[in-house]
Amino acid sequence: MSSNLIDALYVFMLAAFIGFEVIRHVSPLLHTPLMSLTNALDAIAVVGAIVLVGEKKSTFATVLGVIAIVAATSNVVGGFIITDRMLRMFKTSRPTNK
Amino acid sequence: MTEFAGSQYVIEIIYLIASALFILSLKWMSSPASARHGILAGEIGMVLAIGGTLLRHGLIDYKWIIIALVLGAGIGIPLGMVQMTAVPQRTALSHAFGALCVTLVGTAEFYLRSPNVPKFMMSVLSMEVILGGLTFTGSLMAAGKLQEILPQRPITYRGQNFVNLLLFLIALGSAVYLVLHPEAKIFFPIIVGVSLIFGVLLVIPIGGADMPTVISLLNSYAGLSAAAMGFVLDSKLLIIAGALDGSSGLILSIIMSKAMNRSFTNVLFGAFGQVQVSAAAGQEAKPVRSATPEEAAAILSAANKVVIVPGYGMAVAQAQHKVRELYDILTKKGVEVRFAIHPVAGRMPGHMNVLLAEADIPYDRLIEMDEINGDFPQTDVALIIGANDVTNPAARTDQSSPIFGMPILDVDKAHTVMVIKRSMNPGFAGIDNPLYYLDNTLMLFGDAKQFVGGIVRELGGGH
Repeated sequence: MSSNLIDALYVFMLAAFIGFEVIRHVSPLLHTPLMSLTNALDAIAVVGAIVLVGEKKSTFATVLGVIAIVAATSNVVGGFIITDRMLRMFKTSRPTNK
Repeated sequence: MTEFAGSQYVIEIIYLIASALFILSLKWMSSPASARHGILAGEIGMVLAIGGTLLRHGLIDYKWIIIALVLGAGIGIPLGMVQMTAVPQRTALSHAFGALCVTLVGTAEFYLRSPNVPKFMMSVLSMEVILGGLTFTGSLMAAGKLQEILPQRPITYRGQNFVNLLLFLIALGSAVYLVLHPEAKIFFPIIVGVSLIFGVLLVIPIGGADMPTVISLLNSYAGLSAAAMGFVLDSKLLIIAGALDGSSGLILSIIMSKAMNRSFTNVLFGAFGQVQVSAAAGQEAKPVRSATPEEAAAILSAANKVVIVPGYGMAVAQAQHKVRELYDILTKKGVEVRFAIHPVAGRMPGHMNVLLAEADIPYDRLIEMDEINGDFPQTDVALIIGANDVTNPAARTDQSSPIFGMPILDVDKAHTVMVIKRSMNPGFAGIDNPLYYLDNTLMLFGDAKQFVGGIVRELGGGH
């Protein structure tokens, strides 16, 4: 248990640093799509909700889990769609090699 | 048993691949050219992670999972198809949904595990529901303000910060007690309830101009609550995704507050808006020069270099397509047209870029503040459309101004400044703008969309 916990803290620390380094290089042009993309990725929390509903441990947990899946899935689907729509709009005036 | 362990490994490997894809997805966001690969990577990662989870042993009931997934997708599609001008409120709403998911799962986990919750588990569980709860209601309030269902003006009352601090301490204190005495179940609903109220009270005193910072901060909280959930469920995938989202939100908040020269505490507890009302009232006598669309068109067509400064007013008037027509016609006449983007223009980070990209303006014409500020002295015309505070020279010179020290676009250094504005009323923050009284400034009074349309007609286009 405690070694798991330490592992998890290491993972968190490393991921936070990677996040900082990667996102620092995101062009300010794309800050809005960045936010909608991280939102969609963050909705990976749906995984926890799926397990909660699937294990069917109590009615209370199942009901909360179902609402949680609905909320998170709408973020996944909506987040990817709108990020894609936004990025499609960004065009350059220089000729692109399409 | 070995079979179970085998499939467990497969699932862990799938999660590992999904984590890598998530990091790549964000890495590819660094430039518009590769960004669409980023979405694909994110989508594949997401499908893998959800698919892998469905394979897990121990799942006995799929019916409700499927129903909920379909229902969620059904809500998500229209939320993905909203107008580009509605993106800030959609973003706030999605922070709320993400936080709702985390809070509900945290609550269910508590009641499943209670009273045998180890101390560390209880600490992260409390953190999960505190951050989740306040992000849920806080984001709903932000979305309501942005959608203008709720008043955009800051709502303040005496002792506000004291009440907020008190609520936060109650939530924190209950959490600490629960960590030490996990059998005291009654404290859990108190933590959740207080966090929900705290979220509402935290956002009501915040005005529209501060929304970019607040949305970024809520984004960061949503990520951190998901990471806390990862600790509770011992899911490294969730910890990674939450940490990425949390650091992304934090970086954006730092950029936004730097661009306003304010600290987080100042944004959260400073309640802009009602400042300086008396000072603004005393100066109605100052003369301004105004011009008609015909005059503005003549000046623009005689210029060599034009910089357009868009702000929230352009979004409100939906003027971005008319602005594109103006851009086209001036470019055709050989005028060099660029756009100056202040980091906090609009209601969320990058708001103006998305609106202008929607109107088909090439993104290499959108220039950041630091890059374009040196060019204003060589600029013939700076045309300001619906921006106010980000062009206020008082931020450079007037120590008594509430925005003193905020980095601004140096439009006043251009040969001619034209400002499209509805009236002389001071902007949202109620701060007077000395730019409007300068000798080289022309005020163009009217609705942004109609006025730009008028200039386009004069220049012989727009039909």
